[in-house]
Amino acid sequence: MRILAWSAFGTYILLGSSRLDKHALVRDAVVMQSNPGRAARLPLPMVITLVVLLSTPLWLSGVGLYQYLALEIMIWMLFALGYNLLLGYTGLPSFGHGAFFGIGAYAFGLLQQRLWANLWFDLLGAMLAAALLGALVAAFISHRRGIYYALLTIAFGQVFWFLSIKWHGLTGGEDGLLGIKRLPADFGFARFDLGSNEALFYFCLAVFAAALVCLWRLVHSPFGRILSAIRQNETRAAFVGYNVWLYKFLAFVVSAAVAGLAGGMFAMAQQSAYPNVMSLHASGFVVMMVLVGGGMVSFWGPVIGTTIFILSRDLLGAYTEAWLLWYGLIFMVLVLFKPEGVAGIWQGWRARRPASRVAVLPAQQRQG
Amino acid sequence: MTVALFEATGLAKRFGDQVVLEDITLSFEESKLSGIMGPNGAGKTTCFNVLTGLHRPDRGRVRFAGEDITGLAPRAIARKGISRSFQIMNLFNDYSALDNVLVATPRVRGRGFDCWRDLGADGAAQEAAAQVLARVGLAGKEQAKARSLSYGERRALEIGVALAAQPRMLFLDEPTAGLGAEGTARLAELVAELKRQLTIVIIEHDMQFLFRLADKVSVIHWGQVIAEGTPEELQQNEWVRRSNLGALAT
Repeated sequence: MRILAWSAFGTYILLGSSRLDKHALVRDAVVMQSNPGRAARLPLPMVITLVVLLSTPLWLSGVGLYQYLALEIMIWMLFALGYNLLLGYTGLPSFGHGAFFGIGAYAFGLLQQRLWANLWFDLLGAMLAAALLGALVAAFISHRRGIYYALLTIAFGQVFWFLSIKWHGLTGGEDGLLGIKRLPADFGFARFDLGSNEALFYFCLAVFAAALVCLWRLVHSPFGRILSAIRQNETRAAFVGYNVWLYKFLAFVVSAAVAGLAGGMFAMAQQSAYPNVMSLHASGFVVMMVLVGGGMVSFWGPVIGTTIFILSRDLLGAYTEAWLLWYGLIFMVLVLFKPEGVAGIWQGWRARRPASRVAVLPAQQRQG
Repeated sequence: MTVALFEATGLAKRFGDQVVLEDITLSFEESKLSGIMGPNGAGKTTCFNVLTGLHRPDRGRVRFAGEDITGLAPRAIARKGISRSFQIMNLFNDYSALDNVLVATPRVRGRGFDCWRDLGADGAAQEAAAQVLARVGLAGKEQAKARSLSYGERRALEIGVALAAQPRMLFLDEPTAGLGAEGTARLAELVAELKRQLTIVIIEHDMQFLFRLADKVSVIHWGQVIAEGTPEELQQNEWVRRSNLGALAT
């Protein structure tokens, strides 16, 4: 399994590197999202993210961590990246997004236990379930923005959370939905057992990489650019001829679908689904991940933020039960003094560095 | 008698118990430049907002190119070929000047649900946007962020975004507001040039500016059209003279 994954990645790099444009690489490393000209096919942060993740089985246990941690980080990264489409790009604060992560997890479990235990079918089903319920919620909230939008998302999030606790027959109530299997990945010609953390990690990495590429393309596509325009000025977007409601609706649905996909993988990782991930504070986690990482100024913010969040949970958590208190303090300091998050600090540092190659590049752009 | 491209009849609009538009009837002829003037609070901008779909009128009809567009959403009106600029600037501030114009072009609007292809790699779209910028005098500023442009440049970009949609009809809400003499002169040049290809309606306080360019001017006061005519006619108008508006223009 490991050899297969490495060779697949090697091929990807080899094929991709021929298209690597050095200038674009530098620009992308600096600005993260370059505005002038085209978006890099294979931006440096993407390569770094995937290489680091792919190599974790080689060194993670060496530094005293464990493979499951990388799996969890990756799943949350996917969730956060999808969430940032809504928060960072479209400027819509959803504070109940954990609901869709949870819906994905429950849907994955219920589908395999009651309908058809097929990995592809169940994962797709998790995504669709989250997208459909996301569409239902979005239909009620897409004419709002700002604080009203946020409050409505909290309300809907709570409804789903409450359902997951009280609807015993379906969800198993507070005990959660247990015994969710890590179904084998069947490609027809080959079949991989995903029982071990390592195997599941490779599988999820492949899904993650595909989703990452899709999201990267989406934010640079006309659709993504219009979402960003709507964040900057909804009125103007309408007067330019866009159906703002529909774009906000679709942004929510796509972001819920990604959350559902992440939730489905999470159910496999945990081999269960709990109401906990749907609670308000779990929804708050993803917001913190995105903001700390710098999702407001960079596509890669959620990647950075998730890593920081989960690692602090584990590392700080080893010392103190109250790790969230310390993390919360870091969060507050960051939001107070550098609301653009880690990615913003990085961008600012690069922009200030004199006489670097950066200086000769076109005016620095910040683009949603 | 030419047929008007755009007609509004008997428009009324109130907010709460405040009547802003009492009874407005206006018509704008194709490829003419019409001006709207009037004192502060006369309802000029509200009138624009009703004409371009931001507010639905309580009474009255709006027709464009023979079609009833009363109460349509701004996006629907925009797609029929009506563009507008704003008095208080309404730009995509985090975007570069080029991107501001780019998202407003029909080419991008036509494939707004494309989630896959890189917009930055669409040379034709970028080229079209750059041409619009050049037209409003912003060549060389393509990559500057909208928020970092000077006031005058932002005014020009405001018009550029409206122009990018390749409209049949352009509504400009106080385009000279806050511009100095030089900026106003440059704007007058631009508008004079646009006038040859477009039907334009301008709300304006600067009477010199308006009277030089307009084919017809309507004066709005207390939510009504109190006078209408060519700039020459208006200067003779008793009402306009007395309300001190005409005096400014002479």
